[in-house]
Amino acid sequence: MNIRIVARRLLFFVLVVWAASTIVFFIPRLSPRNAIRERFGELARTGGFSPADVEKLIASMQQQFGLDKPLLEQYWQYLGNILRMDFGYSLSRYPMTVTDVIAQSLPWTIGLLLVTTVISFVLGTILGAVAAWPKAPGWLRSTATPFILLTGVPPVIMGILLLFFIGFRLKWLPLGGAYSVGIVPTWSWSFFIDLMEHQILPALSLILGSVGGWVLSMRGMGITIQGEDYVNFAEHKGLTGRRIFRDYYLRNALLPQVTGLALALGTVVTSAVVVEGLFGLPGIGTALNLAIRANDFPVIYGIVLFITIAIALLMTLLEFVYPLLDPRIRAN
Amino acid sequence: MTLTSASTNPVAPNVAIVQPSRLTLTLRYLRRNKGLAIGIAIILALALFTIIGLLVIDPKKAYPLSAALKQPPSLKYPFGTDFFGRDLLAAMVVGMWQTAFIGLLAGGIGTAVGVVLGFLAAYFGGWVDGTIRTICQILTPIPVLLIQVVVAGSLDKRDVTIVTMAMIVAMLAWMGPTLVIRAQVLTMKERQFVAVAKLSGVSDLGIIFKEILPNLLPFIAAAFVGQVFGAVFASFYLAVLGLGPLREPLLGNIIWAAQSQGAFFNGWWWWPLEPAFAMILILGALALVNMGLDELANPRVRRTE
Repeated sequence: MNIRIVARRLLFFVLVVWAASTIVFFIPRLSPRNAIRERFGELARTGGFSPADVEKLIASMQQQFGLDKPLLEQYWQYLGNILRMDFGYSLSRYPMTVTDVIAQSLPWTIGLLLVTTVISFVLGTILGAVAAWPKAPGWLRSTATPFILLTGVPPVIMGILLLFFIGFRLKWLPLGGAYSVGIVPTWSWSFFIDLMEHQILPALSLILGSVGGWVLSMRGMGITIQGEDYVNFAEHKGLTGRRIFRDYYLRNALLPQVTGLALALGTVVTSAVVVEGLFGLPGIGTALNLAIRANDFPVIYGIVLFITIAIALLMTLLEFVYPLLDPRIRAN
Repeated sequence: MTLTSASTNPVAPNVAIVQPSRLTLTLRYLRRNKGLAIGIAIILALALFTIIGLLVIDPKKAYPLSAALKQPPSLKYPFGTDFFGRDLLAAMVVGMWQTAFIGLLAGGIGTAVGVVLGFLAAYFGGWVDGTIRTICQILTPIPVLLIQVVVAGSLDKRDVTIVTMAMIVAMLAWMGPTLVIRAQVLTMKERQFVAVAKLSGVSDLGIIFKEILPNLLPFIAAAFVGQVFGAVFASFYLAVLGLGPLREPLLGNIIWAAQSQGAFFNGWWWWPLEPAFAMILILGALALVNMGLDELANPRVRRTE
């Protein structure tokens, strides 16, 4: 991996972030809606301000947010702000900044996403590899089938079903929230268990539907690889089945899976957003949900942009992982 | 053993090889490609439900204050009614129709744009190809659903209708088909029949429409089903987030409304569960058809007799 490839990848990352920022900047400005006017219009209706005062307030807010300047100037300033990860102020939770809102909810989302993605990726890859491996025991090969059947089910619907059958009918697990009402967060064992109990259903709704996808791609890859000459050669050399499975078969099938992981990141994050909203976990998804309900535009745009940048960054990082997995890429 | 006797006896008259009719062949293929068959069967069943429903049921019943409130499923209301007084059977029929409408419209637009751009890129190459490919590659990593959230969120609530929903969904979904069609045209372009056509003086348009396009139909069909799946999913996603046309009984909207009213907490279990199951059927069937068509389009994995 030489410096030119690294530079090209980084340039691509910058281009993606620029494109996303530009879309998020211009789309709202093409629309006739005015976030500040709507916000203060609401206030005026409920708070009894006189219309003239409201107009003055709106004008001063426009000035503060820089909305009275020419569009191009706003655009440059906006790009500069993005570079500093400054997404402006939240309208509904002023004086909090959008960055504060994101920082507050981010740990929850990262925790949920990390655990569910790792579990479904590892489980799906192993099950898929085994399903395509002719020497694996039959019961083990068929374990993957139920997951394949669940592949088309969107996580939100999975969440609704789990919520109803496991939460309401069987009453095995709590229905939502991050921890039980009335419990004070402490560093204790019982609080930790309570916290985990609340994470099981959201995690399951994200995992159950996504394992099948990994199984299918891995199985397809596995079947292709079994016909390859080097696997035949390894067999004729008399290597043990286990060694062939690990070094000749799994390792070669893994690279497309990692590429798939990079491509799936967007879907994974967007599904987490809506599942969090469904279960009321205090993550980015709930923040987005609340912002949509409150017409809090800076928060909506900030979160969307933040997620996009994070995904582009992760994809770029994953590209740098390929050479570690595949010596052929390292050599070039 | 008629076959051996026919081959050993070269003078055997009229051993006509009966070519089975197209329909028989299709049905036989469907028997081998079970996923495709099941998917098509489910879609036909859902279409039948929707069409009969639209003929029998008064669509007004799908809108608020047209029925008794919060009734569990019964003989009078087979699917129950919701908090706002919608007959959920009617709501499902209308919602299913609207979902199909969004899916077909947005899927059609996305596929059409993809096919045109893919053709332009692959056939003309050079800077056209470079530009189209670069734009696709830059847009692909951006989570389209979230950009659609921005678009839908920026619109005035009154402007969000079924048609604008379809437009929002189609706007950023053409990159996939563009890249697929481009790759296929690139391989197709190098085939001999295209070279022959070119040497015999067929025009660019003639080659595109008469030589390449017919061979691409399976890929276009697969891309179209994929696009419909994406469009149904995206519109459902936006609606569940409360960004859909709120008055319409779109399946995602029903779930959003049920969730906002705390349907489970109040014991109105049928309200969110019905659209959820309907959505599973729709998306599952589309996924099966999509996989089946991929197999049909890709002769390497196609199951033969």
